[in-house]
Formats: sequence, structure tokens, C-alpha cells
Amino acid sequence: MDQQKLISARGISKQFAGVEVLSDVDLDLRTGEIHALLGENGAGKSTFAKILAGVHRPTRGTLRMDGRPIEVSSPLAAQRLGITLIHQEPISFPDLSVAENLVLGRGNEAALGRVRRAENAARARELMDLLGVRIDVDQVMRGLSIADQQMVEIARALDSDSRLIIMDEPTAPLTPKEVETLFAIARRLRDEGRTIVFISHRLEEVRALCDRATVFRDGRLVGTEEVAGLEDADIIRMMIGRPVKDYIHKHRARIGEAALEVRGLTRVPAFRDISLEVRRGEIVGLAGLVGAGRTDVARAIFGVAPADTGTIRVNGADVTVADPSDAIGLGLAFVPEDRATAGIFGTMSVENNITAAVPDLISQGGFISAARVRALARSSVEKLKIRLASLRQPIMELSGGNQQKAILARWLHTDPAVLILDEPTRGIDVGVKAEFYDMIGALAEDGKAILLISSELPELLALCDRILVMAEGRLTAELSRDEATQESVMQAAVPRAAGEAA
Amino acid sequence: MRDFVRTLIHRREAGIFAMLLLITALVGTMEPRFLTLETARIVALAIPLILIAAMGQMMVLVARHVDLSIGSIMAFSSIIAGMMFRDLPDLPIMAGVVVAIALGTGLGLVNGLLVVIFKLPSIIVTLGTLSLYRGLVFLVSDARQVDPQFIPRSLISLSQTSPVFGIPWLVIIALAVAVATYLFLDHTRLGRQIYALGSNPVAAPLRGIKVVRVTLLVFALSGALSGLAGVLYASRFGYVNPGITGVGFEFTVIAAVVVGGVSINGGVGTVLGTVLGVLLLGLVSVALPVLGVSAFWQDVFNGAVIVLALLIDRTVRERSTRALAQARSSG
Amino acid sequence: MSDTTQARPEQKPALSSHEAAAPRPLWQVVLIRPEVMTLVLLFVAFGVATWLSPFFADTTFILESATFYVEFALIALVLTLIIISGEIDLSPAAMMAFSACVFAALFKAGVPIGVAMGASVVTGALMGAFNGVLVLWFKLPSIIVTIGTLTLYRGLAQVLAGDRSISGFPSWFIGIDWKYWFGVPIPVVFFVLVAIVLGVFLALTVTGRQIYQIGTSPEAAWHAGIRVRRIKMSLFVLLGVTSSVAGMLTASRLASVRYDMATGGELQMVLMVMLGGTYIFGGRGSIAGTFLAAWLLIVIATGMNVANIPITSQLIVMGLLLIVSIVATNAIYARTQR
Repeated sequence: MDQQKLISARGISKQFAGVEVLSDVDLDLRTGEIHALLGENGAGKSTFAKILAGVHRPTRGTLRMDGRPIEVSSPLAAQRLGITLIHQEPISFPDLSVAENLVLGRGNEAALGRVRRAENAARARELMDLLGVRIDVDQVMRGLSIADQQMVEIARALDSDSRLIIMDEPTAPLTPKEVETLFAIARRLRDEGRTIVFISHRLEEVRALCDRATVFRDGRLVGTEEVAGLEDADIIRMMIGRPVKDYIHKHRARIGEAALEVRGLTRVPAFRDISLEVRRGEIVGLAGLVGAGRTDVARAIFGVAPADTGTIRVNGADVTVADPSDAIGLGLAFVPEDRATAGIFGTMSVENNITAAVPDLISQGGFISAARVRALARSSVEKLKIRLASLRQPIMELSGGNQQKAILARWLHTDPAVLILDEPTRGIDVGVKAEFYDMIGALAEDGKAILLISSELPELLALCDRILVMAEGRLTAELSRDEATQESVMQAAVPRAAGEAA
Repeated sequence: MRDFVRTLIHRREAGIFAMLLLITALVGTMEPRFLTLETARIVALAIPLILIAAMGQMMVLVARHVDLSIGSIMAFSSIIAGMMFRDLPDLPIMAGVVVAIALGTGLGLVNGLLVVIFKLPSIIVTLGTLSLYRGLVFLVSDARQVDPQFIPRSLISLSQTSPVFGIPWLVIIALAVAVATYLFLDHTRLGRQIYALGSNPVAAPLRGIKVVRVTLLVFALSGALSGLAGVLYASRFGYVNPGITGVGFEFTVIAAVVVGGVSINGGVGTVLGTVLGVLLLGLVSVALPVLGVSAFWQDVFNGAVIVLALLIDRTVRERSTRALAQARSSG
Repeated sequence: MSDTTQARPEQKPALSSHEAAAPRPLWQVVLIRPEVMTLVLLFVAFGVATWLSPFFADTTFILESATFYVEFALIALVLTLIIISGEIDLSPAAMMAFSACVFAALFKAGVPIGVAMGASVVTGALMGAFNGVLVLWFKLPSIIVTIGTLTLYRGLAQVLAGDRSISGFPSWFIGIDWKYWFGVPIPVVFFVLVAIVLGVFLALTVTGRQIYQIGTSPEAAWHAGIRVRRIKMSLFVLLGVTSSVAGMLTASRLASVRYDMATGGELQMVLMVMLGGTYIFGGRGSIAGTFLAAWLLIVIATGMNVANIPITSQLIVMGLLLIVSIVATNAIYARTQR
């Protein structure tokens, strides 16, 4: 088939708050192809896709479609250009019917705005038949399975005659059979001359479906190759191949008894049969891709969203953790991933934030002892080297790194035996990251048991005594310090095939 | 499972209908004189004003807002119309109706503007305008009521005469409003946009829905219908009193709408359900005195009904979300 | 500005824009806040009222007029705590009425007045608890559900008391607004005392601070081990108890109880809280603000009475004030928020 360039991207870059997440991406997408975008978490593939779809605007760079320059200024503009983005969790109007979701915004109403119900329903059925799926177009979206909702979004893309359809991790919530249906449709669309961009981690699927693949790493495009010529190992190497910086963080901690033991922890559908242990003085890493279920496990251990089944033992004793105050009482601490919503009290002072988890320590007969609050906060500022102008200033005025230090400080005051850190250095400058690594090492030397959830492989490799890897809700590997390399971790983190665990 | 949610909604209307039949049967057995045409007429007359305002409130709720000021809007339109009739005795009643609707629309627009411009929660805004508009009612009327002798006979006759089957004009007007609302909400683009906006306010602008316009529209319509209810109040009751007309009206209307299956969270609700909800509350309000239960239980009933409807709402949503999660996990 | 930066030079903020922003100057923190707006309005209102009628500037007169509003003001104080914690409750006026009707009905039935009063307080607590259960256990939105319960409670008051006006209370019970303590009517004294206690509680105790934290970020509060449910439930119950006390104060002042006691009170209570600079979405506000706002309303209402402005026009003013106050506090807070 005679392929032409559909989209040409040159020099596409994107900055968020001064941090460049995408740099100088040059990429051509051809008509009539299925093109995979691969890369680690935060490598830039999603950002690039969102730029194509008009969700973000590039800081630099140009886009051309059919040779002519285009500006994708909004999702609406993208749709008009014939570019559709299908989200993993499809966006829809849950209370409207399938037919209505398909048709909303098409503007085909009759006089006085009368909706052509019959015609719309007929068109909807037509589209469903085209896709070969059996969905009752009159039922509300709310009842549909994710697979069906995706089909509806694809149908919308067809209806607006989209030439470029971007699918963001579409197969994660699908059964193998649904995946096959999706693939068959994708192939048909490709044969019609459309372009499909397939963002995924599942290498087997990429190999089964895609014609070419582009790998992103650290915000840059590493390479674009024909899928046929690539091995898994090649792909993985492209995804992570970077000189492993040698952080001098080989801490010398004496590893003692198991402080935290978890057996058979399950919460459907987030994670299944998780068993792990963290010993005193040990730093255990929990690696995996986004959606693997690591945060869910942490939240279950800490009582934020308890598991359905399974046991937890702290310091050798069986415990029930029904809510976070239970957890704190048992000596657990949890620094959450999303500090903006689950961590900081944005408008309140830094010292209030630091002392938020230890009411007993700052209370004098129920009253707040301003002196104790000040003292505790000051000691944290010293120990963790928090940069601020005043303890009384609102914490949201601090930079991300200092906010994170303050949250860590909050938890350290509870003197925990077990510390669970969820992506503690995300969004933090390199210099401050190094400080964090030192702190984490020091905490381990202090005898604390640390469970470190992270998506940054170098970080895990530098700090952890052992690395556990999760994929799609299950534990897939346990690697000792010697066994752990970026390749071996990534191998275990990448799902083998839909619905299977390694 | 896919039909699960849809059937639940259908069950809601069927459920209300069943309750209607049940209550009629129960009361009828205890007090046979309940089952007469006379009762039907009384029930029919009890509901038109509530029904008209409920159509407006329904649209506001579907758009994920709330309008607590409808009683005061109703009173304001009512008193102005009444005063016009009093001071201009030869005024055709249509003029009064038009003015009432226009005033209602205006006051409704004020609500909408406050919500949209300042991004304030509609419940607090309309709590304020509830009071503000009520104050205006007293101000313009000098706290005096418009006595029965000033209400035009032709207006009052709307509640008494009937073109067909003994059904008063008033009821026919109310039913016409209901039908018009149905046609608007279910069969026009704007109507569907109201549902879309309430169903997913975040996605709405992404699909080309002009959020500001639609929001202003629902508040304006709610005001307009409250205005209509206001001028018809004079027809039904024969007078307008600044301290009585429309007081507590909003709670009755909200109760009826919520019973009828309209969700506080927006996006859900049918005209049929709302009509049935209004009927149910109207039926109960007539049935209570027949049974010898003091009319004082009316508010208890209304309040309990709101709470129950909210609980049912919540349970339905939770069940459907859980069902979705199960379906996903079995993949 | 703070001694932290002075005593420890190594803590000086780094120069790059990545580090902490400069803190707001102290004068801004103290002066640019909604409570100050309320205070200013209070002075303005006082000035206008005095200008409208020289009889106004008489302390005794003002204090006596205050007794009409003190019952709502009392409730507004506790309502402030609830709104700061991120919830709202529109049912207190109805709770007042029903618990007062319980009190009056029991008294009329021959129950010793002390027991009747106790029963009234328990009723208030139960109603508050009911609100709390619906909001916290069934997770219903507090604003709509309390509209439902306010209708319910008002209805129950109607059922209990009918159209009657119950009176005949012992002489020591009635007319508490005419009893003085150092020249101040007792209800006003009570109001000031409660304001002091709650003010201290909110500003100086650990639980008080936790209320702010819950309102600022319920998610973060939950993660930090704060007992969100327990605290909010206590507030709902406290509001119920306060409503019943306010109901009995009203019964004493009017020497009678009717089902329609305090109708329309919801607006005035919410108004006092909003005028005091409490943020409708939670996390910000103060007892001091509500306290000042209550006085502001007292001055406005009394001033209007004295100037012979019809009581019903006060509704217009109230409505306008509510809207203006939420617009203003929204504007102030939204800029510095998240």
C-alpha cells in the first residue's frame, strides 16, 4: 500500500512548571499503519500523545498534517482535524444512552433543535455493526463494560471520520477475547488507510498488532523501528538504556527481624495474593508500571482502603488495620504518592503540617502547646534541611521538594517501625533527590523497615536491598541486590500477555 | 447486568405507580368515600402549581444545581400580577400571565448569573435569593394582600371551569407544561445538553456544550415556570398574600421531584417520574385528612420522603458502580 | 520575619525560584482577612444606625434588642465549626422548634420541668446524631439531607404541638431576657461565654486545629490518622444540643412555644457564619468572625427597627448580605487557595 506521511512532528517539546518532560521529538506517522509508542512511566509517550490530541500545547516544535502545518489547540480542534484520543477510562456521559453519547455534538438536529432520535439510533446501530460489536444503543453508558465503552469511543472516532486514532493503554482492563476484537477492528481501520497509535507496555501485544514502534526515554525519542525486526530485549534496552549513575548510597544497616509481614493480601480487582515482608533496617523496593497496584497495596496495609482478604503482621503480631489511626498506633507510616490531595494541608502553616500526625506530642491537656509545635517543626527543618522563609507560612508556598520533606518529617515524628514511601522523589529536583536518598539510607540504619514504591529504576537499584516487582496486581519477581538490574526489573514489570501473570 | 441500571430506573417509575395504587387501595378500603370522582378532582386541583414548578426544578436538578428560591419567585410574580389586576381592572389576564412569566424569568436569570459569574454553589445563592426576593415581595406590596375581589373572574374560572371531562383548565395547563417539558428535554438538542451537563460537567465543555448558556437557561426556565405558577396561584386560591403565598413551596416541590427519581447528582430523571412524584405527594396530602390524620403530618412525610429518596439514590449508584467493578475484574 | 530566619543564618532561603516564595508580610496576615471586613462593617453599621436615630447609641437598648437574635447567634457559633469542617446543616431552626415542643408538651403533661428540659436536650442530641448518621455513614450530601431533615423535624413539631401555643411556664423560667447580670441580659452573657469557650476551643486546642485540617483536606486528614468521622459526628450532636438550648431560651423569652418557632432562622444563622468570613467550602473561618457578624446583624436589625424600616425589608437586606458576603469571602479565599 502506498503510505504517506499523515503527521509529521518536528522538535516537539513540552515544559511543565519549568521542567522539560518532552524534548525535541521528531516523528512521522504514516497513513495506514498501527504505530506503537513505548517507554517507561514518565518517559514522555503519553505527553506526546496528548499533544497530538490537543490536550496539551507544545512549548516548542511544529506539527504538520498532510504536509500542511496544523495547530491542535484543543480537543475539539483535534476532533475537527480528524484526531481522536481514546482514554483508558473512557470519558462519557454515563446517564445518557450509547446512541446519544455517539451523536452529541454532531449538530445534525432538525428545526427548533429537534433531535432526530430515530436517525441517530439507526446511525449508532450502523456504527456498531461496522465494528462488529453487539451493543444495545439505547441503554445508558453507565451499565457498559470498559470494553464496550471503548468501542463506543472508537465508533465516535469513526463517525467523525477520524484519520488518526490514539489508544492509550486500551487493553489493560480487557479480557483476552475483548482484546482480540479490539485488534481485529484496529487492523480493519488500518487497512482502510487510517492511522492507529497504540500506547502500551505489553510487548507481546505490540508485536502481535503493530507495524512500527517508537520508544521514548527521559522525554526524548530513542528510535523508531519496524516491529518485525525487534526483540523484547531490544525494546527494553531502548526503554531504559542509560548509564546507571552510581549513587553512593550503600548504606550499612544491620538487618533484623521482620517488622512487617503480609500474606495473601487481596483486593479485587486491584491486587491479588500479595505476600511480602520487610525487616528492620531493610529497604525493600516495590517496582512496577503505573496501574500495577502498588499504591493499592500500600493503602491496604495502612488502612486507607483495607484489603478483602489476607493477613498483616507487625513486629510478629497479627493485626487488623481498619483505618489510618490504627496503623499509626501500630507503628506504621505512609507517605502518599499524591501529596497535593492526600498529603498537605495546603493553606495551613508548615509547622501545622509537620505536627499533624502527632496530636499527643503537641498537646498540653488538650491545648496546643505552641512551643512544642515550634520545637518539633524546627527540629525537622534542621534535620531534613527544609528550605523555607518561616514556619508559619502556608505549606503550599514551598517548593515540591520541601513540601515532601515536610510530609516526611510529619511521619518521622510518629516514630514508626515501618515506613512506606510511595514515589517519594517524584517531581523533585535532582539535588534534593540526593538528599532524600541520604535520609532514606539513614532511616534504614536507624533500624526502620522501609518499603519503597518507586517508578524510577536507578533509585530502586541504588537504595534497595531487595526489589519486589508487581505487574497487573500480582507479584512477579523478587530480586536481590545482586540480581537486580534495570533490565531484570523491567522484564518482570512488563506484563507478558493480557490476563496472564509471569 | 447491562440492563440492570436501566431496569432500576424503570422500576423507579413503576414503583411510584405501584405506591400510588397501593395508597389508593389502602385508603379506599378504610374510607370508601375516598374512591370518588370528587377526590380525584381535589387531588387534581392540589397538584397543578406544584407540577408546573416541579418541571422547572427538575431541569435545574438534572443540570446538577438546586433552586431554593422558587417559592419567593412565585410569590413575587403572583403579587405583581395581583396588584396589576387590582389597579388596572380592565387588564386582560394574558397580560398578567405574561408579566408574571417575564418577572420569574428575570429573577431566575439573576440566580443563574450569580452562580455562573461568581462560581458559587447554587444552594447557597438561592438560599440568599429566597430571602431577598421574599423581601421584595413585601416591599412592593406594602405587606398588603391582594383581596379576592380584585382577582379577575376569568382567572379564577380557570380553576373551576373545564373544557372536557370535568378537568379544570388549570390542570390542563399544568399537563401541557409537563408535555412541553418532556418534548424539550427528550427531543431537543438543548434538552439533551442539560442532561449531559449534569451527567458529566467536566466532559461537557469538551463536547462543545456551552456550559454558561445552559446553566443560565435552566435557572431562567425554573424562574419562568415559578412565575407562571405564581399567577395561577391567584386563580387557584383567589387571593395573593405576601406572607403566605409560596412559603415553604420549594420544599414540597423538591420532595416531589426527588421522589420522582430525579437525582441530586444530576443527569438522571424523567418527566413521567416527576409527574408521578407530584401525584404521589398530592395523593398523600389529600389522603391524610380523609383518614383523620392531622394535616400536620404532611411535613413529616415530605421530609422523610426527601431523606428516603436520597438514600435510595445513593444505594442505586453504589450498586451500579460495584457491578461495574465486578464486571471489570472478571476480565 | 520569624525568629527562625534570624537565629539561623544557614536557613536563609535560596535564591532560585524553585525555593520557597516570600511569606506575606505580617501586617497583611493580620489586617487583610475577612474578620476585619466584618469589624469594619460593624463600625459602619453602628455609625449609620446612630445617624439614623440618636436613640440607637444606648448600650442598654442595644443589649436588650440583642436578646432577640442571641438564640440564632448561639447556634451560628456551633454552625461555624461544622462549616469549617466542610459540612453544613440547615436544620437547626427546625431542631429548635421540635425540641422546644418536646419540652413544652412534657411540661404540660405534668412532667417535672427539670426532666422536661433534660428530655429536650436529649431530643436535640438525637436529631443532631440523626443528621450525622445520614451524612457520615450513608454519605449523603449534608446540604440536601439537612433540607430533608429540617422539613421532617418541623413536621414533627407540628404533629406534637399542632396549631396551639403552649404556655403556662413557671415565672422563674420565663423572661430570662429581662434578667440581668451586671447590667447585661443573661442570654447575651451566655452567648459571650459560649463564644469565648468555643473560640478558645477552635483556636487553641488540638481538636480545634484538626477541624481546620479536616476542612482543608479531608483526604489528607484521613491519611494523617485524624478521626474525621468521630469529630464531625460530635459537631452534629453538639449542634443539636445547642439548638435545643436555644429553643428553650426562646421559650423563656416568648413565654410560649409554637411549632413555627424560629421559621426562617436557617437564613440568619448561615448569614452570620458567612458574614463572619467563614469559607463555604471549609477549612477557613473563626469564632471571632461569627461573633462580630452576629453583632453586625443585631446592629443592622435594631437600627432598622429604630428607623422604622419595616421588618420585612430586613429580609431584603439579609438576602443581599448573604450573597454579598459569600461573593466577597469567595473572592478573598479563592485567590489564596490551592
